Amino acid sequence: MIAAHLPALQIAIPLIAAPICLLLRRESLAWAWATFISWVVFALAWMMLEKTLTGGAFNYELGGWEAPWGIEYQVDAVNAFILLIVAAIGAIVMPYARASVNREIPEHKRGLFYTAYLLCLTGLLGITITGDAFNVFVFLEVSSLSSYALIAMGRDPKALTAAFQYLIMGTIGATFILIGIGLMYQMTGTLNMADLAKRLPAVEDSRPVLAAFAFFIVGVCLKLALFPLHLWLPNAYAYAPSVVTAFLAATATKVSVYVLYRFVFTIFGQSFSFDVIPLESILLVLSLAGIFAASTVAIFQTNVKRLLAYSSVAQIGYIMLGVALVTVAGLTASILHIFNHAIMKGALFLCMGAVYYQIGSVKIEDMNGIGKKMPFTMFAFVIAGLGLIGVPLTVGFISKWYLITAVLERGWWPVAVLILLSSLLAVIYIWRVVEAAYFKSGDDEVVVEEAPLSMLIPIYVLTGASVYFGIETSLPVETAAEAARQLLGIGG
Amino acid sequence: MAWLGHFNYWIFVFLMMAGFYTVIARGNLIKKIVGLNIFQTSVFLLYITMGKVAGGTAPIVPEGGSEGVVYSNPIPHVLILTAIVVGVATTALGLALIVRINEAYGTIEEDEIQDIEESGDKKERAT
Repeated sequence: MIAAHLPALQIAIPLIAAPICLLLRRESLAWAWATFISWVVFALAWMMLEKTLTGGAFNYELGGWEAPWGIEYQVDAVNAFILLIVAAIGAIVMPYARASVNREIPEHKRGLFYTAYLLCLTGLLGITITGDAFNVFVFLEVSSLSSYALIAMGRDPKALTAAFQYLIMGTIGATFILIGIGLMYQMTGTLNMADLAKRLPAVEDSRPVLAAFAFFIVGVCLKLALFPLHLWLPNAYAYAPSVVTAFLAATATKVSVYVLYRFVFTIFGQSFSFDVIPLESILLVLSLAGIFAASTVAIFQTNVKRLLAYSSVAQIGYIMLGVALVTVAGLTASILHIFNHAIMKGALFLCMGAVYYQIGSVKIEDMNGIGKKMPFTMFAFVIAGLGLIGVPLTVGFISKWYLITAVLERGWWPVAVLILLSSLLAVIYIWRVVEAAYFKSGDDEVVVEEAPLSMLIPIYVLTGASVYFGIETSLPVETAAEAARQLLGIGG
Repeated sequence: MAWLGHFNYWIFVFLMMAGFYTVIARGNLIKKIVGLNIFQTSVFLLYITMGKVAGGTAPIVPEGGSEGVVYSNPIPHVLILTAIVVGVATTALGLALIVRINEAYGTIEEDEIQDIEESGDKKERAT
């Protein structure tokens, strides 16, 4: 009985849980409730991935209304995998949240914080699971509006301006997406994704479809922070509460990348997206420019959270580079990096949250000698940082290996050289933190304790995952390859 | 005179660009929100225009059957109701943020806020 309604429960449970969370006035109850729900959501996402990997893709008609009239949820290997990533990060971050939120957010806002968190989770899961184009917009706004509120809860007043800037840019992006969807509807008379994919080829040459594609791609690229549309991201991540940064950095932009996959490959189709429109060269140039520009800017940051945020922009570049290859190998690398980057960046931002918890700052100069005072936290930071560079035995290496293999398969060896060079930039910015933490002596009189266990365990779950999946790669690689094949419509 | 037939679309394009320009060019945060609102409203117009069928009426079955009655498409209207709600929520959140920004910085002019943030950074570096 439950198995038949998995897709609906995946969204309905966190959505209904959010207002209940608001009614639980005690902060500890609200936290326990939100944690419980995020683990339930994780279990559901796991069951759905199992189901798609064994039984193939399946649909769910909401309220029994037949598609394309009703709204339909479609689950296949691609979005089941993304759902699992979002739900897993949500579940791992929540036990950590208690201590961090109590330190960073005033008491009367904590209940609201968990409510907004559950809404944001709902939105992100909803974007991923839905098979209806307009539904994507609705869930996009659910997740965006709640993330603006979450970011604005940061302690620094700069969090307010960062959230405002994100609100402006995010709304422009979402409205562009809305225009794109509207024009698609105008030409085909349908909003169901599978139906759109069938009807669009007939009207492919018309100007409204070209305009729809352009509006949609620009809107999504704003949301996923592709260089040079990334301007909202660094401040939003730098000044948001630590938990929010870790959660959003690992999930929000990734979900937007999924939307791009879905529309570019499944709906518009490979031949339209890459033959009619030169999307390949546009994405290639922008992603390479993004990798280098953002990595270089990251080197000069003094705030470590901002540094990691710029690194996120660079990592989006790698993910989009995989898309620009338009091969199974390229897409596999891209999807794989979504998974791996979520683990690494989640771990790194959680480490910074722990540092902020103890010393009240994430500036490099305040972190001198912290390697001795918080050995466990900084050890995790180093391991996850090595992953970001792409050192063997970490997930980062696996991503880069697959990406470079895919690039060489297309014969683009200068691009492969550039990817390797860009890894050196990552060495520099990670090294700056390591240098301050281990090789500079801090003020020995200031006593700094190690972070509490409730924070260390989630940090080590993610760091452990970044090593485990760097050695035992079968689950992510096989799922990503299957997802890539489904997106390109090859085999199954 | 074909372009006159697309009168609604011209209004849509004009409103969209006017709103977009206001968001980019104005430094006052409230004016930015107003611009954003105009930008979003223009899209409502686009959707409602595409739902109109020439000579179409409201999609209600009249007494005596619907034979030969032309209806306008109601779906864009329904969709845009959702988008209007989203627009209201965005505006409310934006204005709430502006109130908090005004409390924290004492101004809602973008360049003045930037000056305050930059001078704060310099002070931090000096100490």
